[in-house]
Amino acid sequence: MSTVAVRLRGGRRKGAGLGLVAWLLGIVFFLPIAWMALTSFHSEADAATNPPSFGAALTLDGYREFFGTGGGASPWPALVNSAVASVASTLLVLLLALPAAYALSVRPVKKWTDVLFFFLSTKMLPVVAGLLPIYLFAKNTHLLDNIWLLVILYTSMNLPIAVWMMQSFLAEVPVAVIEAAQIDGARLPTILARVVAPIALPGIAATALICFIFSWNELLFARVLTGVVAETAPVFLTGFITSQGLFLAKVCAASLVISLPVLAAGFAAQDKLVQGLSLGAVK
Amino acid sequence: MTATTTAPIAATPARTKGVPSARLKAWATRAPLLPALVFMIVVTQLPFVATLVISFFDWNALYPKARHFTGLDNYRQVLTDADLRHSVWTTVLLTVAVVVVSLVLGLALALLLDRRFRGRGVVRTLLIAPFLVVPVAAALLWKHVLYNPEYGLLNGLLHYVGGPQPDWISNTPLLAVEASLVWQWTPFMMLILLAGLQSRDHQQIEAARVDGASDWQIFRHLTLPHLRRYLELGALLGSIYIVQNFDAVFTITSGGLGTANLPYTVYQSFYQAHENGLASAAGVLVVIGSIVIATFALRVVSSLFREEVARG
Repeated sequence: MSTVAVRLRGGRRKGAGLGLVAWLLGIVFFLPIAWMALTSFHSEADAATNPPSFGAALTLDGYREFFGTGGGASPWPALVNSAVASVASTLLVLLLALPAAYALSVRPVKKWTDVLFFFLSTKMLPVVAGLLPIYLFAKNTHLLDNIWLLVILYTSMNLPIAVWMMQSFLAEVPVAVIEAAQIDGARLPTILARVVAPIALPGIAATALICFIFSWNELLFARVLTGVVAETAPVFLTGFITSQGLFLAKVCAASLVISLPVLAAGFAAQDKLVQGLSLGAVK
Repeated sequence: MTATTTAPIAATPARTKGVPSARLKAWATRAPLLPALVFMIVVTQLPFVATLVISFFDWNALYPKARHFTGLDNYRQVLTDADLRHSVWTTVLLTVAVVVVSLVLGLALALLLDRRFRGRGVVRTLLIAPFLVVPVAAALLWKHVLYNPEYGLLNGLLHYVGGPQPDWISNTPLLAVEASLVWQWTPFMMLILLAGLQSRDHQQIEAARVDGASDWQIFRHLTLPHLRRYLELGALLGSIYIVQNFDAVFTITSGGLGTANLPYTVYQSFYQAHENGLASAAGVLVVIGSIVIATFALRVVSSLFREEVARG
């Protein structure tokens, strides 16, 4: 009895110790982000001190500078471009992936696993493999610096992930319900909208958020294919690569504002994040 | 990795009453799949075929009239050019270092988070956050806010303990890029391994514990074998993403100081040097490297996938 009690107490103490280690590591990993947030609210003079000024006065100057009220280039066109590219490509992905996933799960075609793996294999083709022909194509068809070209490319980038994720979500829809709807004479679009979508909706939402994140983050295509008009937020950020005097607070404000949509989408999709990132292999 | 699937044009589903032929029915089943399939083949496979063709030409965009077929000459150049060979080596080094370190750190964090403790949800959220910073923003954060030799946070913290004040990026450029990537990718590994840990057979572990197995024995003989495929999956998916990394190299060092990896080199050789043929040959080499990794990755994904299908 007493030995059991001792073992239990020992186990609990060890558990609390390891909990503390986990907390410590969590804080270490989060520290750069916390420091970035704090610095974004410091004046440029306070942001560039050594040792760091933790308790310096807070100000919104960094944000004012970033949003261009201080005279620099406004980030709004880039933010709008990113929003258009991410939202439009995500909608296009859903439009293409939903029927495809249906044909790979609810009423599977023959050899449906082969088709599924073809989609996956395209994801493993590096972006640089097709970059030059796409650039030459865009140049000759005057699509350079056109946001809709990015919409098409981001759709191809995310479609395999979406097909895989949705295939696994749709597989959870009971076949009996669909058959009942078919007996009632419902056609495919009706079945998709009225029967399948409501059951699979949480999964579809998570898929959309993950596609949104990848499109919002993308740099290489955007960097090569856009210029002045269609510049996206990550391309706008590359303007900060070379130091420009005292500009730390502004860089921090910019990085934080541009990361906010991704942080929000990521935390909203937290539960399905692993499944999306592992292309549906891990649930 | 070219398409082996032929893509027929969508047929309209049968609208006539009566018994539709089996063939028509098969087409009706296939129809919803075709738009996505055709889209993927056109947007991803065709450009790669074009890259493959261009890679056999000597083609500088500044002298378009001098374009001519050279066979394997571009590949010979890519493989013998010291800079390009170096970038192959950098790619391997960068990928292996980031994958291995973030996998080990991710495993430690996953094991810690698999236990119950106060505030576990909060710690999980804190740990995921680095993965949810836009990659360019994360690279800027490391370059300017952490690594800056005069007022960066790292040297600021070292200042408190009277440590040295190194110039991180100039002294150890590749390590600087790697550290920022490890910070972003450890959460990814942690999430996959945590999912693996939580799919363990808890009755089996309980039984082993009752039989007097120690924590280490349980980890070594039950947990680790179960995690093996999750570790493989994390390593392979991580490799696929990091082999392609462009953002961190472009932002932190702009490919300088010997940190140019293959994707950066491909970008530079056609975007700045206008060497279309050479860039394509280097691109094809990246693809060949990816295919080697991808073949293993597909095998792991498929074994996990079949398990899921069998279970469901």
